[in-house]
Amino acid sequence: MTYIVKPKNHHPLLEKNKLGLTRRDYEGAVSTLCAGCGHDSVSSAIVEACFQLSIESYKVAKLSGIGCSSKAPAYFLNQSHGFNSVHGRMPSIATGAAMANHELTYLGISGDGDTASIGVGQFVHCARRQLNMTYIVENNGTYGLTKGQFSATNDLESKSKYGDDNLFPSIDLPTMAIQLGASFVARSFSGDREQLVPLLKAALSHKGFSFLDIISPCVTFNNHKTSTKSYDYIREHNDALSKPDFVPLGQEIVTEYPMGSSIEVPLHDGSLLALEKLSQDYDPADKIQAIQNIQESQRDGKVLTGLLYADPKAKDLKEILNVSDKPLNTMGKNDLCPGAEKLEGINSGLR
Amino acid sequence: MSKINSVNDFVIKFANVNGSGSASANQMFAKGVFRSGIPVSPKNIFPSNIQGLPTWFEVRVNEKGYLGRREGIDISVAMNPQSYQKDVAELKENGYLIYDSSWKREFGRDDINVLEIPLTKLCVQEFTNPKQRLLFKNLGYVGLLASILEMDKDIYISLIEEQFKGKEKLIEPNVKALNIGYNYAEENFKDYCEIKVQKSDKTDGLILTSGNDAAGLGCVYGGATVCAWYPITPSTSLAESFSKYSEKFRVEIGTDKNKFAFIQAEDELAAMGMTIGANWNGARAFTATSGPGVSLMSEFIGLAYFAEVPTVLFNVQRGGPSTGMPTRTQQSDILCSAYASHGDTKHVLLIPSDPKECFDFAVEAFDLADRLQTPVIVLLDLDLGMNDWSTKEFEWDDSNQYDRGKVLSREDLDGIERFGRYLDVDGDGIPYRTYPGTHPEKGAYFTRGTSHDEYAGYTEDGIKNAEMLTRLLKKFQTASSLVPAPVFNQEKNASSMGIIYFGSTDCSMQEALDVLDEQNLKIDAMRIRAFPFNLEVWEFIEEHDLLFIVEQNRDGQMRTLIMAEGGIIPDKLVSILCFDGQPITAEHITNKINAHLSGKPALAMS
Repeated sequence: MTYIVKPKNHHPLLEKNKLGLTRRDYEGAVSTLCAGCGHDSVSSAIVEACFQLSIESYKVAKLSGIGCSSKAPAYFLNQSHGFNSVHGRMPSIATGAAMANHELTYLGISGDGDTASIGVGQFVHCARRQLNMTYIVENNGTYGLTKGQFSATNDLESKSKYGDDNLFPSIDLPTMAIQLGASFVARSFSGDREQLVPLLKAALSHKGFSFLDIISPCVTFNNHKTSTKSYDYIREHNDALSKPDFVPLGQEIVTEYPMGSSIEVPLHDGSLLALEKLSQDYDPADKIQAIQNIQESQRDGKVLTGLLYADPKAKDLKEILNVSDKPLNTMGKNDLCPGAEKLEGINSGLR
Repeated sequence: MSKINSVNDFVIKFANVNGSGSASANQMFAKGVFRSGIPVSPKNIFPSNIQGLPTWFEVRVNEKGYLGRREGIDISVAMNPQSYQKDVAELKENGYLIYDSSWKREFGRDDINVLEIPLTKLCVQEFTNPKQRLLFKNLGYVGLLASILEMDKDIYISLIEEQFKGKEKLIEPNVKALNIGYNYAEENFKDYCEIKVQKSDKTDGLILTSGNDAAGLGCVYGGATVCAWYPITPSTSLAESFSKYSEKFRVEIGTDKNKFAFIQAEDELAAMGMTIGANWNGARAFTATSGPGVSLMSEFIGLAYFAEVPTVLFNVQRGGPSTGMPTRTQQSDILCSAYASHGDTKHVLLIPSDPKECFDFAVEAFDLADRLQTPVIVLLDLDLGMNDWSTKEFEWDDSNQYDRGKVLSREDLDGIERFGRYLDVDGDGIPYRTYPGTHPEKGAYFTRGTSHDEYAGYTEDGIKNAEMLTRLLKKFQTASSLVPAPVFNQEKNASSMGIIYFGSTDCSMQEALDVLDEQNLKIDAMRIRAFPFNLEVWEFIEEHDLLFIVEQNRDGQMRTLIMAEGGIIPDKLVSILCFDGQPITAEHITNKINAHLSGKPALAMS
């Protein structure tokens, strides 16, 4: 993971958030990804979302696997601990970490190779267990670091940069995530900051497994005419489901979003995600409809984006396992060790 | 007919059908002997199957406390016609055969004593429920044994009462079943058997438990809060023990919430990933597995080694290679554990030899992992992990403190100008770490498996990477002074010959050393308890001209490790090996040593 340290000179008039921090405070090292890489737009959207939410960076853990996408955590939130693990195994690291301390925000960055191929098993079970984390796939439909092989999210018969046909059907990650029980599932496009930032804010505020599939074109290996993950293709075929806006807790919402034009999705911290409907009656609480809409768009050659499914009341793993509210990593001997007297009782039972 | 005659010294073997409910009755027989004050070593020899195949349960009763397996069966309780032939064949001359004579048999041996008891018929007469008719045959033969061995029947009645505490309705039919066999034997076999169990006091200070149960309990005492695991024989009961004791001792009063997280992972890779993730974030976490799981976890073990994340792994070894013999024992994962993962990696191993030490080493593993910021692998085997052993009572000193190692607090960070995750500040090769979420401006770093510098930044500078690998070696050197020292059988070396052994071999070794002593063969002995080997290990090797290394694997893996790590010449190290999946016996050890010393070529295994 290459990186270049960014100089830390702030303009005195930069806008500040509730914590008195500027956007610069949420940045990371200078990216070494290719110029124009969609992943950099995602990093920038993460910076914006965290800035707007006034998140304390040091209370965030950034986790990733291996690949171009997994390098990205170096490029935002300098004050967060990061864990660049092994290929496809970020979900298990995140699961253990979140069990140790449920009070941090867990932000996982993965790619289509890291999630849909080598890590598909861990992705499946992490979603199924309702781990409280935000799981982002920066989906470019190619293996960038190894120079342009097909990934499992490439559409059937789409072509590689070298003109080869993809022989196998693609895995649709949001459909999978919904079926697996993820309680927040959205898709967006790295080039659509207006849609992406509110979705990120909502995902980060949601308690449970928040999954974001972000189409993030690879300028080097998968941005050609025949690619279905190119900038041009996505811009032409983006079928935005709804125009989301995120309203943080405490902000007046009634006047801004008159009834009838929006649907408000309450999140666990009391904040609301407002969706502005474009064309259809869309209820993000309806799993079956969500899957149907994704598939219909796919049939029509479109990429459905927006908040696809959300269940704000779903339990997360910590609740399912009934784990203490006091983080396990803060417990010491007095909390944990039954002591000599209890051990004598155990000895008696074994005689 | 001659009969084997002995008091408190015999081997009894039960042959049953898997899934017939025999295991708990057999266990009860063993516990009854233990409660009579005589050490026992029950061993379950079971198939990788749930129902229908032959299964055996062997109990060695020995007042001297020799708990290793011994060849030759004195009493055979043959309850499975499928295996009659084998069971009768391995019975010693003048031994006793007990079988269900509801269907009479001729066994073709006139040198054994046959005790016929029509168990099926008796149970059909006494019970109406078809399930009970089958199940209670097992307690029936326990009753018979209590009678012929002249044991105190009340011990078994108490055991039944304890077992069904809270389900009192079940006590009466179980006692009735016990009496069916007991009364039948009193009427038909009074003074017949010349093997006796006489009350003794040799189990004072001992308990009867398995290594897996003890290790799981040790994890609770050692402050583990996260257990991520994937079911695999023979390690499953270790994770389950942690869960059992946690549910008993780790539930918050008032909220009923758990001070632990117990997660059955989707596979061993995820189990190890979760363990690393939790340890990285400052919880004590562990996983338990066996050889195939270690193979799967190897990539992650390398990450924990290189990124310096504390990790505790229990490897309950079974017969390999590959899927191998999942229900048989071996010590054949020494090398794959010591050097797990690609690249230059080495790992701390702890090798307990009885359940008491499994408890102690489980506790110690967490301290060592935190102190050294590296994976610690505790090596058990199936025999130690799954079988009940007569072992010393667990001990705990309430003044014990957990050693969480070099972790910087928020205040510590305030006093540091620039935090370097991989700086060797103290010169012992062990750097300082921070937990996520500690300080708003200091202490954050990137944990990575890629080459990195002292500040955890990615580097492709080969010299830097070499420096990092060299420091890890220094840390390993530090580890050799922290891990448990070997145990010596003698206060002072008295021979030019030595024996090196480890793990579950201990019980047979004590007996073997006594036998060798009786043969006037003085050989010094050392039990290795950890890797990296500490100074005492090398001194012992240095001070002897010839060393026998006793191991339960084919390739002499410990011997290889000693040669590789210490540059010891191969000629000096003689392997004594056993790898047939059965625990090694004292006889096997003494025969091999004698064969070597008399210049006879020893066969590979037997």
